[in-house]
Amino acid sequence: MLRKTLIAVAIVVGAATPLLAANDVNPQADAKAFKEYFTKRFPKVPLKDFVNGPYSMDEGLRKQWEAIDQFPPYDFAVDKGKQMFATPFKNGKTFADCFPNKGIGIRQNYPYFDTKSGQVISLEYAVNQCLKDNGEKPFDYTKDDMAAVTAYMAFTSRGKPFDIKIPNDPRALAAYQRGKEYFYTRRGQLNFSCASCHVQSPGHRIRTEVLAPAYGITAALPIYRSAWNGMGTTTRRFRTCNSQVRGMPLPGGDEDYRDVEYFLSYVSNGLPISGPGTRP
Amino acid sequence: MKLKKSHFALMVIAGAAAGVILGVNPVSAAASKGEELAFSRAKGNCLTCHEIKGGDAPGNVAPPLSDMKARFPDRKELIAIISDETKRNPQTVMPPFKRNLLLNDQEIEAIVDFLYTR
Ligand code: HEC
Ligand code: HEC
Repeated sequence: MLRKTLIAVAIVVGAATPLLAANDVNPQADAKAFKEYFTKRFPKVPLKDFVNGPYSMDEGLRKQWEAIDQFPPYDFAVDKGKQMFATPFKNGKTFADCFPNKGIGIRQNYPYFDTKSGQVISLEYAVNQCLKDNGEKPFDYTKDDMAAVTAYMAFTSRGKPFDIKIPNDPRALAAYQRGKEYFYTRRGQLNFSCASCHVQSPGHRIRTEVLAPAYGITAALPIYRSAWNGMGTTTRRFRTCNSQVRGMPLPGGDEDYRDVEYFLSYVSNGLPISGPGTRP
Repeated sequence: MKLKKSHFALMVIAGAAAGVILGVNPVSAAASKGEELAFSRAKGNCLTCHEIKGGDAPGNVAPPLSDMKARFPDRKELIAIISDETKRNPQTVMPPFKRNLLLNDQEIEAIVDFLYTR
């Protein structure tokens, strides 16, 4: 069992290594390899279920979740986000003025590569950009207001498939590649890469937590997490994962976080937005 | 000579007393230090990934650690695995405890003593 897993991982890593070394970055091939690896390893998990993280991996957890989700604990955040969307800034503008389609049903297009500024823009980054452009104070990246606005935006996008594009711009490919390298690089005193947990060990437990598969892993964010006793954003989840391996969490909006989210969301193209989520 | 003898006697008494108080066999003093290190979240935290008899809330990323004497008669092998398992298996998720200064030599020895009781 363990052997088999190791071999499968070696194949994924092996397939990725030449791409890491050479200049011919091939995101399409990566996305195909990702899908193949996870669907072969978990043949019983319906494709669209990977976006439910730990629940897609564990029957017992799933039952608990279905019971809790009768009264979803993220509801208050969605309501608050909706309210915030309806409340004008001091200059009279609103969040809706900053986004395509007034910010409704667009979560699946984030992060995107902005050819003007030459960088990856995550949804959280875009929210703070909107605030700054309108003379407002940016939000803390990890919870509260940021979680509420992004929860509302995710909620209005539920079921829409990830549609992340890599424009024909060498800087976009480079950003994707940096994100991929960040994902596979070991770090922290415990020497883990993101892949150690979410590619090598999904479905296994570290202590009592069931690890989510990397395929579709950004679809449910932001999440209400019992362990946090509240909502957390993508930034908060990444920072927690970094801390768990006694690594250095990055500041909100950091380019590495935006790039790794770009990579993870691109290789999950086609999977539906499931956020906001509820987690143990 | 005289001093040594009394010293020895004292140790036996202290050992026996500790054994009575803690409810363990005095022979396993090193092993019980090892158990503490292996279970401590700040030190070995082996239960994150391994089931070990006597430990609460184990993960299942890795094989259960049981029947250790029979399976790993060579003490050096266990020390090597704990020190840096990436040498044996570059893909492993097991942290390199010695290389990353999570555990020192004495602590690893104590954990091995403990593992030999499982
Ligand atoms: C030591 C193990 C470990 C490492 C390394 C790790 N994570 Fe996690 N991650 C977890 C655990 C535990 C959870 C909570 C259970 C779950 O959903 O997987 C989690 C959850 C997540 C989630 C939320 C999934 C969901 O559906 O709720 C995302 C996204 C995520 N991790 C991304 C990352 C990224 C990016 C990295 C690298 C920077 C990383 N993780 C490294 C252990 C880890
Ligand atoms: C984050 C996960 C993790 C932690 C923490 C961890 N291990 Fe491991 N360990 C593994 C994995 C995975 C294997 C399987 C072999 C491999 O990956 O090379 C393993 C294998 C072993 C083996 C060989 C077992 C066998 O049956 O082949 C021993 C012995 C061992 N670990 C001891 C320890 C001890 C002692 C600790 C704590 C000080 C510890 N491990 C902490 C993941 C872990």
